[in-house]
Amino acid sequence: MQYVHEFRDPTKAQGLIQAITALGEQITAHRPGPIKIMEVCGGHTHAIFKYGLEALLPGTVELVHGPGCPVCIMPKGRLDDAIAIAQQPGVIFTTFGDAMRVPGSHLNLLQAKAQGADIRMVYSPLDALAIAKANPDQSVVFFAIGFETTAPSTALTVLQAQAEGVTNFSLFSNHVLVVPALQALLDNPDLALDGFVGPGHVSLVIGTHPYDPIAQQYHKPVVVSGFEPLDILQSVWMVLKQLAEGRCQVENQYTRLVQPDGNAVALKAMAQVFQVRPTFDWRGLGSIPASGLAISPAFAAFDAEQQFTIPGKTIADHRACACGDILKGVKKPWDCKVFGTACTPQTPIGACMVSTEGACAAYYNYGRRSRQSTPSAVKPPVQTSGPSPQTRPTTGELSPAEPGKIEQYC
Amino acid sequence: MCLGIPGQITTITDPVNQLATVDIGGVRRAVNIACIVDDQHPIDTCVGEWVLVHVGFALNRLDPDEAAATLALLDAIAAPE
Repeated sequence: MQYVHEFRDPTKAQGLIQAITALGEQITAHRPGPIKIMEVCGGHTHAIFKYGLEALLPGTVELVHGPGCPVCIMPKGRLDDAIAIAQQPGVIFTTFGDAMRVPGSHLNLLQAKAQGADIRMVYSPLDALAIAKANPDQSVVFFAIGFETTAPSTALTVLQAQAEGVTNFSLFSNHVLVVPALQALLDNPDLALDGFVGPGHVSLVIGTHPYDPIAQQYHKPVVVSGFEPLDILQSVWMVLKQLAEGRCQVENQYTRLVQPDGNAVALKAMAQVFQVRPTFDWRGLGSIPASGLAISPAFAAFDAEQQFTIPGKTIADHRACACGDILKGVKKPWDCKVFGTACTPQTPIGACMVSTEGACAAYYNYGRRSRQSTPSAVKPPVQTSGPSPQTRPTTGELSPAEPGKIEQYC
Repeated sequence: MCLGIPGQITTITDPVNQLATVDIGGVRRAVNIACIVDDQHPIDTCVGEWVLVHVGFALNRLDPDEAAATLALLDAIAAPE
């Protein structure tokens, strides 16, 4: 596929690893290692494990997996609210598949569906709008989750519903914003990060300027990155290059899609339909000011929180679950007592195990189930000289490692 | 969640609602292209363009020159000294 295959070239990956290794040694010659770089986006976390990139990086560079998985940061209370809406008579509740197994305090959406709620998985908010038009006697609610990547799509869907005069469609908005979450992380004294690999698809909407405070006030390099393995490796190299040269800037590796000012149409639609909430609760991170989007009063007719009575409770996370510290990058999944035992992708306790983009699910599915897991436990994806019994047939591109479990739809 | 896949616009199916058919690795799907249509890029000029598709919306067009420049930079970084 164009714009995909050429960014999976194993020869270039090996060259990048060598360049990263050289820079890592240069930097750690003058300071203690390892150099900690957070990949913010869950899509990056997934790609890093899918292609075995973590196992290829030298010991001088450590990737910290950030909070950029909207499913993972969804607090239990909001799930309970979603289920309460879905269980109302006459409601068709629509959601992306990712959210179906996120645990609420008693149920998840899949269990609520099994108990009789009309909950349907959709690929796009436009599919939810089509369900509303096909079922004019029922109230169709779309569970709007995601960062700035997804928010324009739901905003444009609301604008289309308004233009078409659809009155039985509403959003339960749980959209969240990246930069306030990064600032909350940087304000945490437990976390010692050296730089960020920034989220590419959020940034094609918001541009690169919103990250300027992270470079200017927190003095951390940010490199906005694409999602193919070479994109991610190049971005790690660019962060290291900044550190080696004593720079803290916002740089853009993903220039084929991301412009500095973002996408004007998408930003305008978001500004029309949404307003920033005073605060929003994030699982594991707590309440973060100005980090979530609610429907603006002008579109109250499309706001499920106005249309339905919801419990609106704050529910504490499971005591044994370390999702909070894992989302902050303070702990690794194997530091959690229930990781891989009581908490697995089939029976997740914490949300980091639900989504394939969660750090726990990635560690579990790709063989990093204990600190002792060596890189050899992960099938090396880069084709080296000559095939071996473990080597998959070469396709001329970096090939995904086999996950231990079937990947979820995402 | 922020998954986006490159695809190529093959036809404009509904100019009013700004819907197009996009070929994504051989799979064709209706996609809303409102985010990539503006005064400089009227809807009838979008056929043949490569876009990034996310949850049924084309979020931006892919710039072939920038993609080539990134690959050239990758070559330069990865080249043995």
